[in-house]
Amino acid sequence: MNARTLPLLATVLIFIIAYALCYLQFPAILSTRVVGNLLTDNAFLGIVAVGMTFVIISGGIDLSVGSVIAFSGVFIAVMLRDTGLGPWPVFALLLVITTLFGAAMGATIHFLQMPPFIVTLAGMFLARGMAYVLSIDSVPINDETISVLQRLYWLMPGKGRLTLIGGLMLVVVVVGIIVAQRTRFGTNVYALGGGAQTARLMGVPVARTTMQVYAVSGFLAGLSGIVFAIYTSAGYSLATVGVELDAIAAVVIGGTLLTGGSGFVAGTLIGVLIMGLIQTYIIFDGTLSSWWTKIAIGMLLLGFIVLQKALVWAGGRRTEAAAGKG
Amino acid sequence: MLDPTPGRVPLLRAAAVSKSFPGTKALDAVDFTLGAGEVHALLGENGAGKSTLVKCLTGAYRRDGGEIRLNGTSIDPRDTLHAQRLGIGTVYQEVNLLSNLTIAENLFLGHQPTWLGFVSTRRMNRDARALTAQYGLDIDVTRSLGSYSVAVQQIVAIARAVRLSGKVLILDEPTASLDAHEVDVLFEAIRGLKERGLGIVFISHFLDQVFRISDRITVLRNGRLVGAEDTASLDRLRLVNMMLGRQLEEETRQTGKTGMRYDAEPRLRFTGFGRRGRIAPFDLPIQRGEVVGVAGLLGSGRTETAEVLFGVYPHDSGTATKENRALSLGSTRAAVAAGFGFLPEDRKTDGIIGELSIRENIALALQARIGWARPLSIKRQRIMADDFIRRLDIRTSDAEKPVGQLSGGNQQKVMLARWLATNPEFLILDEPTRGIDVGAHAEIIRLIEELCEDGMSLLVISSELEELVVYSHRVIVVRDRAHVAELVGEDITTETIVNAIARTPVRTSEAAEATI
Repeated sequence: MNARTLPLLATVLIFIIAYALCYLQFPAILSTRVVGNLLTDNAFLGIVAVGMTFVIISGGIDLSVGSVIAFSGVFIAVMLRDTGLGPWPVFALLLVITTLFGAAMGATIHFLQMPPFIVTLAGMFLARGMAYVLSIDSVPINDETISVLQRLYWLMPGKGRLTLIGGLMLVVVVVGIIVAQRTRFGTNVYALGGGAQTARLMGVPVARTTMQVYAVSGFLAGLSGIVFAIYTSAGYSLATVGVELDAIAAVVIGGTLLTGGSGFVAGTLIGVLIMGLIQTYIIFDGTLSSWWTKIAIGMLLLGFIVLQKALVWAGGRRTEAAAGKG
Repeated sequence: MLDPTPGRVPLLRAAAVSKSFPGTKALDAVDFTLGAGEVHALLGENGAGKSTLVKCLTGAYRRDGGEIRLNGTSIDPRDTLHAQRLGIGTVYQEVNLLSNLTIAENLFLGHQPTWLGFVSTRRMNRDARALTAQYGLDIDVTRSLGSYSVAVQQIVAIARAVRLSGKVLILDEPTASLDAHEVDVLFEAIRGLKERGLGIVFISHFLDQVFRISDRITVLRNGRLVGAEDTASLDRLRLVNMMLGRQLEEETRQTGKTGMRYDAEPRLRFTGFGRRGRIAPFDLPIQRGEVVGVAGLLGSGRTETAEVLFGVYPHDSGTATKENRALSLGSTRAAVAAGFGFLPEDRKTDGIIGELSIRENIALALQARIGWARPLSIKRQRIMADDFIRRLDIRTSDAEKPVGQLSGGNQQKVMLARWLATNPEFLILDEPTRGIDVGAHAEIIRLIEELCEDGMSLLVISSELEELVVYSHRVIVVRDRAHVAELVGEDITTETIVNAIARTPVRTSEAAEATI
């Protein structure tokens, strides 16, 4: 058994078992309609969680993403309302802003030697504050293009709808997998998470990689904001509070080590789907309080952290044994 | 000096390389010549300048003076990556690779074969398999590095360094955490590289291994070149002499202190004291007012003896008595309570608290001994600090100066003052004169003599043999983690100590191999 893939396998196994249990009680849960909704409802979380996966693999954390999503929604709504710009230029402008915002946080982390936790916490307040500056109230989006985008879907067999935003999330996941596994940037991110000092000695461009990682997270948070704006047809500065924590939870449940250096983007998708599945089950059941979602996710998270610790511990013992015996 | 390959330009030649740090001259005009296809051992005790020289060669330090030529061209590496591009690769004792990446990724990080911008994993893994096979490794290159033994990781590190640099390979204590069999595997890989014409610098404190693998040996001492000779023309005794002893001037030959009477019951008596894996059980009686020196090479068990005595690593065999009464040791607390003091070798990491003032540093041990419930008043601390500043001649403007701002010798005196404040009966000093200038050196030696005249018992570890001879009544010689000889009074000379250290030991690596 490979220690690298064990957490991922555990996640997949839990997902299959959980889905099977839900299916036994509510056979409809396996229909493409439910699956389609699962993807649509969690599209913004899935996209931002892919960015978070890169950040966590690199050994960092990005607490700003929830606020950036809210900022993005308000920015889109206000720009569409108050300027003559169409949605596409607004989207492009937003993605440039959030990408630069991420890169600036990465630069601060690297050049000022600040802990990512503090820098992105500051980024969180900053982005939320900027959203308030733009508008305190919820701003509706009445744009023709956006309502078209909202209604776009591909009818899957079984009458399920794979919406544009659900599909976009899957595309982001696939691109994320390729970038993580098949590019030098991806390997550099893993190298950074394995040890920044060693990575530097091995020639990894640490400054550039750190900035790129947070820029990717910022870009995906902006993209997630666009998806959320399409999904809700509004921009509200109080929206998506705590989504960064949901994203972190999805990443960890997806088998990525919080200490960095190990994890998979594919696992994060499963993590998001597990969280969505719990929510769906509670809706199907109808009698359970929606707070059970949080409790179930909390338990899962705890379980995974314990599993990770056990793996790290077992790995350490094995290396010790290997070093002792040879 | 003789060139190893006359008429040819040596692969790497360092001439008159110097490097100073505030307070010390770490390298003083050192020459070093490495030929192609040569394994060149670089030897010396801690602080001799080995690592400073290596760091100047690899660009980790910028040299202050001198010249480094690679294949006849003058080079000036800015950092380790630059040195690597020039052709000088380094592998350290702690493997500097990423255990979370696969073997193949570690080998090719930053240089992965790509296709249209994407890493071609299949090609990378194929190349990695071919590369590791050259070193006699049959391993799954797609598994993470961390799942393999240190020896394999070490060879992977070498393979990476050679692939990226390809001319000079510097191995800094590569065998420190390997067992006998793994050392053989590593040496096989080194011999293969030698045949390919690489120049290899081998740093190790295992003399057996040095004699097995090296063609030539350069010895440094106190930042100066002692000599460079072919391994075949050197024997163990002469090598140890080069490492530890200055050339003896026949007329001023000095011996250890005499006049200690051993008929009285000793103040402290350790019987069968030891700890498995650190130091073999030893007997050690110590008289009132006696200085016992401990001599041996780096890694021989000198520091381990001190640490087990002081309870840094509790003893697992043997007993101790103090004036005929049983003494319960086993922790540093117990040792302090019994009136022991310990000045460790690396004061920067093990003792001094640079941000605290001289006064606070001196008060620490005494405060710990009387308990934190009864704090020493600032006034008393100040009186005490001023007293020690005067008695030990600590050069400082006042007692409130942070210790980190003092020179090495003065820091050492503050550490000494800390223990003297507790009025210990038995004081252990590990390399008390390391890294301090000549003036402070003499003062510390004078202090040691004064303390023993006052009736204190001392155990002093030092690689400066002349120094040990000056103040020791008795010298214990350690080798291979065991006490192997004891010299008393007139028998103590640098020559007898060197002889005792160099006496060819039982081949421990063979013994280890037999048990595997």
